[in-house]
Amino acid sequence: MTYYILRRLIQTVGLLFLLSMILFALVNLSPGGPLAGQGQSRHVQPEKVELLKRQFGLDQPLPVQYAIWLIGNDWMKVDVDGDGVKESNGTRQGILRGDFGFSFRTRKPVLEEIGERLPNTIYLMSITMLTAILLAIPIGILSAVRQYSKFDITVTTFSFAGQAIPEFWLGLILILVFYAWLKNPFTGEALMPSGGITTLGLQGFNLGDRIWHLALPVLTGALGWISWYSRFMRSSMLEVIHKDYLRTARAKGLPRWMVLYKHGLSNALIPLITLLALDLPYIFSGAIFVEYLFAWPGMGRLYYQAAEQRDYPVLMTVLIIGATVIIFSNLLADILYAYLDPRVRYE
Amino acid sequence: MDDITGLPLEEDDLSVKESPFSGVTRGTWRRFRKHPGAIIGSGIFLILVLLVVLAPLSPYDPEASDMSIRNQALSFSHIMGTDSLGRDLFTRILFGGRISLTVGLIVVSISLLVGVPVGALAGYYGGWLDALLMRITDTFLSLPSFLVLIFLSAMLREVELPLFQRNSVLTIGLVIGILSWMTFARLVRASFLTLRDIDFVSAIRALGGSDFRIIIKHILPNSIGPIIVEATLELGYAIIEESGLSFLGFGIQPPTPSWGNLLSNAQAHFTTYPWLAIFPGLMIFLSIISVNYIGDGLRDAFDPYKVLNKVGEVT
Repeated sequence: MTYYILRRLIQTVGLLFLLSMILFALVNLSPGGPLAGQGQSRHVQPEKVELLKRQFGLDQPLPVQYAIWLIGNDWMKVDVDGDGVKESNGTRQGILRGDFGFSFRTRKPVLEEIGERLPNTIYLMSITMLTAILLAIPIGILSAVRQYSKFDITVTTFSFAGQAIPEFWLGLILILVFYAWLKNPFTGEALMPSGGITTLGLQGFNLGDRIWHLALPVLTGALGWISWYSRFMRSSMLEVIHKDYLRTARAKGLPRWMVLYKHGLSNALIPLITLLALDLPYIFSGAIFVEYLFAWPGMGRLYYQAAEQRDYPVLMTVLIIGATVIIFSNLLADILYAYLDPRVRYE
Repeated sequence: MDDITGLPLEEDDLSVKESPFSGVTRGTWRRFRKHPGAIIGSGIFLILVLLVVLAPLSPYDPEASDMSIRNQALSFSHIMGTDSLGRDLFTRILFGGRISLTVGLIVVSISLLVGVPVGALAGYYGGWLDALLMRITDTFLSLPSFLVLIFLSAMLREVELPLFQRNSVLTIGLVIGILSWMTFARLVRASFLTLRDIDFVSAIRALGGSDFRIIIKHILPNSIGPIIVEATLELGYAIIEESGLSFLGFGIQPPTPSWGNLLSNAQAHFTTYPWLAIFPGLMIFLSIISVNYIGDGLRDAFDPYKVLNKVGEVT
């Protein structure tokens, strides 16, 4: 197992390098190049663009640029003022040393920008996922235990619908109903806020206000996951229910609930846990719509703004982080699977 | 190891062995007809396609504005109301549907054209070719696809080339397509791996059948089931990805309508004119749920074992 994990880690590093090359090439080969988004690009004079190119090192061949992006240029002479003469050492440290550059949009370090947004996304998404799992598991189990009952048929139908509702439409409809149509009977204001983490100008931490602001975004984000996981849980539970070891446990005289919830559930949960690990990256890309709709200052919104204004340093960093999360969650899923299910062994 | 997302099948459960073959047989259509969801889904989808195809019969122009009838609510002459430029929403939704479904078809075609050969070559020949092709597949699978999609379409939005002007249907279809062929490659590879050394294939090889002939005429038809199921589901994913992109403003650009950008345009005033937000989303929802039901029905139809298993569960 240790050998397996080690081998996978080495592969992972290789894969990350490959991906970073692809992403880097994409950015630099895109129409207009990385400077296309610099301010009002169409009004910048051509000489100015040449100057900027030299200053940013964009006149170098692509492989050299890639190397500098990785390891920085503080060990070599660069052309700081763009006059064509290399006079002093550069200041970039390269992403391998944690220097992801500056955002074109805000002129702040990319990592600082992400540091401000990431906690908001984690806050929103962890509550969304927790809600989804806590609802989906019991629904799925009940559905499986009472297969073909009215409850099961209702759940199955709704989960099909739940998976087909686009998040961005669901969000709009929820805002329509709970913000525009329904009014608070006491104050006459909108029943629920249409965005934000807390009420503007609110001092200190107010749990009620927080929950009130979370409700719609969480519902928007969670519905698809509830449907997906409850369907998965149902079939996973059905799978286990018909296994011989459950029949044996029942034959030995164990009560039905104990057979189902102790022996059945613990086995049925294994695939769900690994699936959760695999879904980790998608949870984050799902954040884009929710954060966009509900003006939530998180990573998804940051990425949207960066794409809108061609803020390449931010885009690159988020993409690299995204790829890393995917690769590591795949690894995590494999390890969890082997760890939880003693029948699975990797050589 | 079993695929952890597709649940592992126990072969000895009903003493029915799961067959490695999944081609189209007489039973396929019969089983499909018995799936109520699939029939309703097919019905809805057919109606959608028909409406979209007949869109030019609408008496209204999808792009010409008429300021005298701005933001009108539903009426007999405008059954879904009009938008902020006085255009008939129903007509725009039908024309938008053409765009969204075309993008879906392009995506499915590209995924098939790339994924099936990659999977077939990797599964049939194995060895270094398999290793190489699967590493490429893995690399694509490790890309955060929706983020890359946003990134690429944001870049290509400025392009003014002939066919690829400002995120045309072709651009968006291509971009989504090159990020979604991997499932097909894996699927096809898996069935080729099981089928390439099966007796009848060895027999054809012994008779002197060329590799190309074996792949195209003998193995592919016997592994077509999962490919068709996946292609159906892919159509749904493609529609949702296109509308998501267009909703954020990176996909199909106005004035060309697509379900996603109609919804996006609705945002400014949807609390006052709710129909602008309700109907385009409803169309996306209907097309995806019908496609999903069709896919579900096809999966049961191509997998007789699963149907048997369902019967078995009752006991």
